[in-house]
Amino acid sequence: MSIAAIKKEDFTSSVQDMIHENVVYGVKQKYPGFAFDRISAAEELRLDYDITLFPPTTYLLPPRDTFVEFTLDREVHIHARAEPQPCIILGIHPYDLHAVKLLDAVFLGNRVDVHYRARRNATLIIGIDCLTPWPYSFAASMGTALPPRIFDLWLTDLGGEFLMEVGTRRGDGLCRRYFNVKSACTALIEQRDRLREESLSRYRLALDFPPREIPGILDRGWDNPLWEELGEKCFSCGSCTMVCPTCVCFDVRDRMEPNLKKGERYRIWDSCMFYAFDKVASGENFRPTGTDRLRHRLYRKGKYMLERWGELGCVGCGRCIHACLVDIASPVYAYNRLAREVM
Amino acid sequence: MALMNEQEQSSFLPRQAEVITAESLSKKERLLRLRFTDGHRLDHQPGQFVEVSVLGIGEAPISISSSPTRDDSFELGIRAVGNVTRAIHLLKPGEILGVRGPFGNGYPVSRLLGQDLLFVAGGIGLFPLRSMIQYAIDYRERFGMIILLYGCREPAERIFQGELEGWRQAGDVEILESVDRCPHDQAWEGNVGVITTLFPSIRIDPERTTALVVGPPIMYRFVVAECIHRGMARDRILLSLERRMKCGMGLCGHCQINNVYVCLDGPVFSYEELIKLEETEV
Repeated sequence: MSIAAIKKEDFTSSVQDMIHENVVYGVKQKYPGFAFDRISAAEELRLDYDITLFPPTTYLLPPRDTFVEFTLDREVHIHARAEPQPCIILGIHPYDLHAVKLLDAVFLGNRVDVHYRARRNATLIIGIDCLTPWPYSFAASMGTALPPRIFDLWLTDLGGEFLMEVGTRRGDGLCRRYFNVKSACTALIEQRDRLREESLSRYRLALDFPPREIPGILDRGWDNPLWEELGEKCFSCGSCTMVCPTCVCFDVRDRMEPNLKKGERYRIWDSCMFYAFDKVASGENFRPTGTDRLRHRLYRKGKYMLERWGELGCVGCGRCIHACLVDIASPVYAYNRLAREVM
Repeated sequence: MALMNEQEQSSFLPRQAEVITAESLSKKERLLRLRFTDGHRLDHQPGQFVEVSVLGIGEAPISISSSPTRDDSFELGIRAVGNVTRAIHLLKPGEILGVRGPFGNGYPVSRLLGQDLLFVAGGIGLFPLRSMIQYAIDYRERFGMIILLYGCREPAERIFQGELEGWRQAGDVEILESVDRCPHDQAWEGNVGVITTLFPSIRIDPERTTALVVGPPIMYRFVVAECIHRGMARDRILLSLERRMKCGMGLCGHCQINNVYVCLDGPVFSYEELIKLEETEV
């Protein structure tokens, strides 16, 4: 697909037109950082952000998602709800797009989750290269600093203009409708490649070995004292999983209206770090300690998801490292330590 | 771009099943016989489970207690322990229950043909086992010897006594029972002791016997040790695991054991499979 360039002032007015006709989620400054939110004016956009508090995957897998509605009257009526509002996510970074790729594998793989598919199909993705990563990211070493080819449009900030790469037919339509682009000369594409290359050296954290070796290292580390050392400090607060772009676990709950006639069934984010996540009705808890749960999370990220869905469960964004209150959640620290100890 | 309107395909949409009969089995357990209102059969395998909904209260995973070889209805044995199961206990014939499923692998029925079957049921572990016992009785000539070891905490907790007596009298199943203890206000002349105390009384050929074990986690370790002691191979010991299956589709994460999903890969596992998992109770 084609690569074009657009001047920044033209881009801003194009985005304004796009906002006028579409629901657009983009990155805004929200003290003390950045967050994805509904954009109502192009000036609000901060495409120079380093990280957002929550990942944009929340638009594909919302914290609370009603999927069944029912009425209990003389007759019982139940129906599924899956008519999401079409939207555009503007400004997704490469590592978060890698997370979307994993979500696609989980929810559109062997078993299609129609609720996810509806949202995914209704969502257009415009991403942008992350040229100034934040200090907690280790995406470069995870191989997630460049976008997988599942974007509709992709931007690179070249200073005075954006380079815009079209990834899909839908992206092409969006480009034609809103963006006044001119074709990009080879020099601009080379400039993009150079900027990308330079950005890789700005990551302060790194996995010490190729990510494909994580499962093998975990295979040798189940009984390592590291898990106890980290796990005994865990508050089981779930912060690491709430900010994680690849965390997909959920609980299913019911809610009734006060009239006790209408109600809904929804899924809501859950966390394997919570004490009761593995508790069953008889009272048995299969991961009763913080150590059990922390280890499970890091095995899930580094091994299980790869084995089951073909994608690593960690994209190296570093949000969990920052979110953790007691500084134990870091996958890169755990995997590096373990590698040194079991190799 | 296809926006979806495929409501019937949502895997989270429960089907409506009508309660045909509901009877108390003991203080805490009831047996419900159900039939889908749309006339479809459940089409399950012995050992599978369903997600049962009381709309407005919630969903719970419940094992299927009846064999698919019976009629177009199915039975669920349910102990009241939480909000959903307590609400189910209030249901009367004619009322509606939501059901999703069946889920899970169930027992490897074709592999069990021609085998001697040793059922080991601890408490309401008899609920899921009953689906396979009924199946084996309905095709009695296709199976070898059938033994049921049934252990409860005390005599008052024993369920399906009439049905067990029927199996015994028909000569279909050799049944040995035990209770952990017998309080003074209850009568019991049988064996007292944990379920493994029944093992010395049975004769099995380890080469042609498969053990089907369901009970509380603590029971598994001791029953497995007994089976191994009797010379049974690891892959001839089948255990059904309880986990908190919320979705039934390997998505919600609650039933994961290492990288195995009880709702997809189980709930029935051989000891051979489980021994490879660090996180299991056996």
